[in-house]
Amino acid sequence: MRDVAIIGVGQTKVGEHWDVSLRHLALEAVQAAMTDAGVTRTDALYVGNMLSGELAGQEHLGALVADFAGLRGIEAFKIEAACGSGAAALRMGYVAVAGGLADIVIVVGVEKMTDALGPDTTMALAMAADGDYEAAQGLSFVAINALLMRRYMHEYGYSHQDFAPFAVNAHHNAMNNPHAMFRFPVTAERFARAKMICDPINLLDSSPICDGAAAVVLAPADAARTLSAAPIRIVASAVGTDTLAVHDRRDPLVLEGAALSTRRAYEQAGVGPEDIDLFELHDAFSIMAALSLEAAGFADKGQGLRLALDGEIGIDGRIPVATMGGLKARGHPVGATGVYQVVEVVQQLRGLAGANQVPNARLGMAQNIGGSGATVITHILERMED
Amino acid sequence: MSVPRNWRLQQQRYCLVGEICEKCGAKIFPPRDVCPECEAPAQTPFAFSGRGEVYSYSTVYHPPRGFEEFAPYTVALVRLEEGPLVTAQLTDVDADQVRIGMPVEMVTRKVQGGGEEGAIVYGYKFRPAIRPTA
Ligand SMILES: [Zn+2]
Repeated sequence: MRDVAIIGVGQTKVGEHWDVSLRHLALEAVQAAMTDAGVTRTDALYVGNMLSGELAGQEHLGALVADFAGLRGIEAFKIEAACGSGAAALRMGYVAVAGGLADIVIVVGVEKMTDALGPDTTMALAMAADGDYEAAQGLSFVAINALLMRRYMHEYGYSHQDFAPFAVNAHHNAMNNPHAMFRFPVTAERFARAKMICDPINLLDSSPICDGAAAVVLAPADAARTLSAAPIRIVASAVGTDTLAVHDRRDPLVLEGAALSTRRAYEQAGVGPEDIDLFELHDAFSIMAALSLEAAGFADKGQGLRLALDGEIGIDGRIPVATMGGLKARGHPVGATGVYQVVEVVQQLRGLAGANQVPNARLGMAQNIGGSGATVITHILERMED
Repeated sequence: MSVPRNWRLQQQRYCLVGEICEKCGAKIFPPRDVCPECEAPAQTPFAFSGRGEVYSYSTVYHPPRGFEEFAPYTVALVRLEEGPLVTAQLTDVDADQVRIGMPVEMVTRKVQGGGEEGAIVYGYKFRPAIRPTA
């Protein structure tokens, strides 16, 4: 096994890109990352994507993106793990470089969701859940998260308004991220008045439907110094899985897949939660942010929300989350999200996060969740000291 | 939903047939042929009573394609009295009457389809318990 480093990153603005196709979104991120890395050729390309078949009528994205990115001929394919597809693609890129099978690998996450009509997008997203026993009963993906949120409030005695700090923090941070979809502030009062979409989940508990692409270039860490002025080492890359269906879990309010994934990541990196300077968590819904904080060891069971209420998730808090807006406000183009998270951790570790810079950030963690917790991929990145 | 896919699930959809583990006694729904508790093979059919209580619930206003005619509808996780959780719609009840812990029972209802969406699919939903318990 070789150490692996990220030598370049790129991203498109997240939003409703009516004028840009799926392939061109991917292309924009690929080119930005390759320019940042200063490379013109790679050995392989892995594309993280969930919904291109359902929403764009296009599968076979590996060869497609490779061709349009000027990389025709290289090894390339799409990797799918629902909303965890982006980090799953990064994981495969990591495996290829760490195993010595490739030297320079580009990973791109891309999703184009806004071309389709609402009910079709809702149906497509529900494919992250158990098709025979969740989606077939008419449950949307939002509804599955709503069931978790209601039960969480019931068991631990929280009110809906207690979830406001996640949206407030994410929107606050997105204001300083030029690539974010929602660059406006949200107050607790505005959160209280937001439209209910699937009770208790309201519009500001939920990440938006959107388009976007993000990319990273990987290289062996020992070569990275000569290739990049600011290489970032991947000190952990770990996956945990759990049941697709919430009803099959031992305790629906415990993300066992996330706990496994983070535990493996901490072991690989030889660190614990107290060493992590920032955490790009999977805040597709505010309940997921709370459960993720608990599964990753930042809070005890039922106390993830307490961390947010106590003001510990801001840039200057004990564990900054969603430092560039998170899924909530940067946006959640599902198959691209896992790569966006890693791009943002790289920005932080390079010291290029502007007004959102976490002071002296050395170790950053990104965690991408497929479905309601069935595939959880965790990466820990470290600034390479001179 | 395709006819063969629906047909394969008819024992579960109409009769809540799961499995029981001969080794540890765990009752399993949906069936998975391997006991989630002790990992022993578990292929003995077991019909659930259909009685349980609401573990959590929500209301769907923006349904997936194919479920528009029912919206808004209430969905729930139901804790069956034999142990497993089931994901299903609630029926015969107003959304604002539903509470966590409310006793419910399984009934067979139209779940999906008709018209352009293809064959009508029947399956389980849960309503407030009115049948006397045995
Ligand atoms: Zn057993």
